Amino acid sequence: MKKLLLLGDEAIAQGAIDAGISGVYAYPGTPSTEITEYIQASKEAKDKHIKSQWSANEKTAMETAIGMSYAGKKALVCMKHVGLNVAADAFINSSITGANGGLVVLSADDPSMHSSQNEQDSRFYGKFAMIPIMEPTNQQEAYDMTRYAFELSEKFGVPVLLRVTTRLAHSRSGVVRKEEVAQNEMRLPSDLRQFVLLPSIARKQYNTLLSKQIAFEEDAEKSGYNTFIKGKDKSLGIIACGLAYNYLIENYEDAKVPYPVLKICQYPAPRNLVKKLYNMVDEVLVLEEGYPILEELIKGYLDNGKKVKGRLDGTIPRAGELNPNIVAKALHLPVAEGFDISEILKGRPPLLCDGCSHWDSFNALNEALAPYSSGRVLSDIGCYTLSALPPLQSINSCVDMGASITMAIGAAEAGLIPAVAAIGDSTFTHSGITGLLDAVNHKAPITVLIVDNSTTGMTGGQESSAYGKVEDIVKGVGVEENHIREIKPLKRFHEENVKVFQEELEYDGVSVIIARRECIQTLARKMKEKARLKREQKEANAK
Amino acid sequence: MKKDIILAGVGGQGILTIAATIGTAALLEGLQLKQAEVHGMSQRGGDVQSHLRLSSKEIASDLIPEGKADLVISVEPMEALRYVNMLNKKSGWMISSMNPFNNISNYPDLELILNEIWKLPHYITIDANKVAKEQGSVKAANIVILGAASPFLGLKYESLEKAVRNIFASKGEDMIKLNLKALRAGLQYTEKNT
Repeated sequence: MKKLLLLGDEAIAQGAIDAGISGVYAYPGTPSTEITEYIQASKEAKDKHIKSQWSANEKTAMETAIGMSYAGKKALVCMKHVGLNVAADAFINSSITGANGGLVVLSADDPSMHSSQNEQDSRFYGKFAMIPIMEPTNQQEAYDMTRYAFELSEKFGVPVLLRVTTRLAHSRSGVVRKEEVAQNEMRLPSDLRQFVLLPSIARKQYNTLLSKQIAFEEDAEKSGYNTFIKGKDKSLGIIACGLAYNYLIENYEDAKVPYPVLKICQYPAPRNLVKKLYNMVDEVLVLEEGYPILEELIKGYLDNGKKVKGRLDGTIPRAGELNPNIVAKALHLPVAEGFDISEILKGRPPLLCDGCSHWDSFNALNEALAPYSSGRVLSDIGCYTLSALPPLQSINSCVDMGASITMAIGAAEAGLIPAVAAIGDSTFTHSGITGLLDAVNHKAPITVLIVDNSTTGMTGGQESSAYGKVEDIVKGVGVEENHIREIKPLKRFHEENVKVFQEELEYDGVSVIIARRECIQTLARKMKEKARLKREQKEANAK
Repeated sequence: MKKDIILAGVGGQGILTIAATIGTAALLEGLQLKQAEVHGMSQRGGDVQSHLRLSSKEIASDLIPEGKADLVISVEPMEALRYVNMLNKKSGWMISSMNPFNNISNYPDLELILNEIWKLPHYITIDANKVAKEQGSVKAANIVILGAASPFLGLKYESLEKAVRNIFASKGEDMIKLNLKALRAGLQYTEKNT
């Protein structure tokens, strides 16, 4: 078959299509977004009627996928690592219910925090849920392992976690497709109470999960995804997990590492292979992209065995992603150096786009808040988080999706009045609605600014679940109608907008100000598309 | 054959178009490739880079090791300075635009930046906006820079031309012609200045 040039994310998407999924469920989040986008754009997926509409958040996505699995069909659910926190309740319990149709959970980690608020390692979640984990090292493996994850899921009747990190998710390489697997027919579980986690049933199901652990480990020994590579020099043995393997072999001509190497891409870790390596070498070096999970396991709490090197003893930096040079240093190999970076070089942090509506919203808010002491704006996750940086310096928090409104309630109840919550439209429907209900029930004196650019902007302009619904939701939750205000965030309305803010800041109750203007990126894209259609029409007419 | 290339610029300047063009040309020549891109937050007017690796053999790492890049291609002069640590000290070439993208308050004096680039042993600096304008539109500045880098890529010039046709196919015949001219003008600039 022809080689496709695919991002790691796209390879996963194509793998899932070819594995016979009937649906992909997701909320956009870097570096996982492109998986769902690829399936949405795929003509093949459309012809196969694969469901691919965005979900309101990762929890609803996870639950929808569990529902599809319950009904016997294969489902993929995708999120970034912190999204798995949102989906965790459903995710952890899905290991107890088990899967009926194949269920694969993709979590894309972001070590070094390129676009994230932490660098948590999703493998912890897989271990926590006690399910198999697959961790590909390259784009072809991403494709192959996605297919294998579905096989595993149906073979063992459990969800499988597929873990990638930014560098694989967003790196392109050649991928060869394999034969397509058909979608499942609808087929409910033979035991119709399998998914009823009443304590009596859950206890039984949990024991079933526990009893499968040995089989999971056996599969990890035999599947071929964990490989033992011989090496003559036994002074050191290397365990390289996922992407770390690439950085290891990058340092040796033709990938010829002199030491024995265990490449791990499937968990639970293959105990016999680990033992084999451990017993034949003097010291062990563990290379992991993420937290030192395996390192800690092998080292043990008492650390009374052979020397185990890695992130915990400082051989590898404790934080941040790996690269070929970090691995070279750990192996005492000579490291090439380029030229020194000039002192005149300045940082260039990301910025709100020229003409973005957030400039106007936050300029107005800044002016209205000027008479008060600073530190009153609790905010959220989206492009508008950039208003924390100069020149705006408008916001004082960004913790997790939806935390703006709820933190504002807490701060107001501690005496910070007025307190402002600033949240985007997509984040509002992701996790803000319940918080707003709390605010209404608490009669909290807060002003909620919903910056509605009618898209999920930060991740590249995906459809927002809130589109066309913000006012109705706000009203429905119980905010008084005369304290729901709409403003047009444009320079020419600045004075009016400041006045609206001033009025609502003084109100002793919940107000919501909706600042609505379309994201200029999605607007530009629409205009370009229009121009393209027009040009094509013209060319067709000319012919 | 093995070429490790860093592409640099500011989010929105079109370095991914350069990457896609080189990538397409490399595939036409049957080479292996890996291309690590930056998506997400830093795309918004921040510094962006892409690691592009071409080889006739299998490629291990998605990232180029420091000090081993054969080429840094930058569509912005200050961004060029950000990646000099990636360049191979003996043989690495810097190909950079001379047109600043000034979206920060403390942007250094352009002359100081260019002086830093001109200290490197191998470099091409080009007023890509001017050259692109002469070919018809400043929009083609990134392809001018690609043209200037073309003799160092280890790829046939015809492959790059084919790739340009591919990449701009959806944008109409005028855009294809403009970018082919831009590619040629970039190449000629380098031929004149080396």
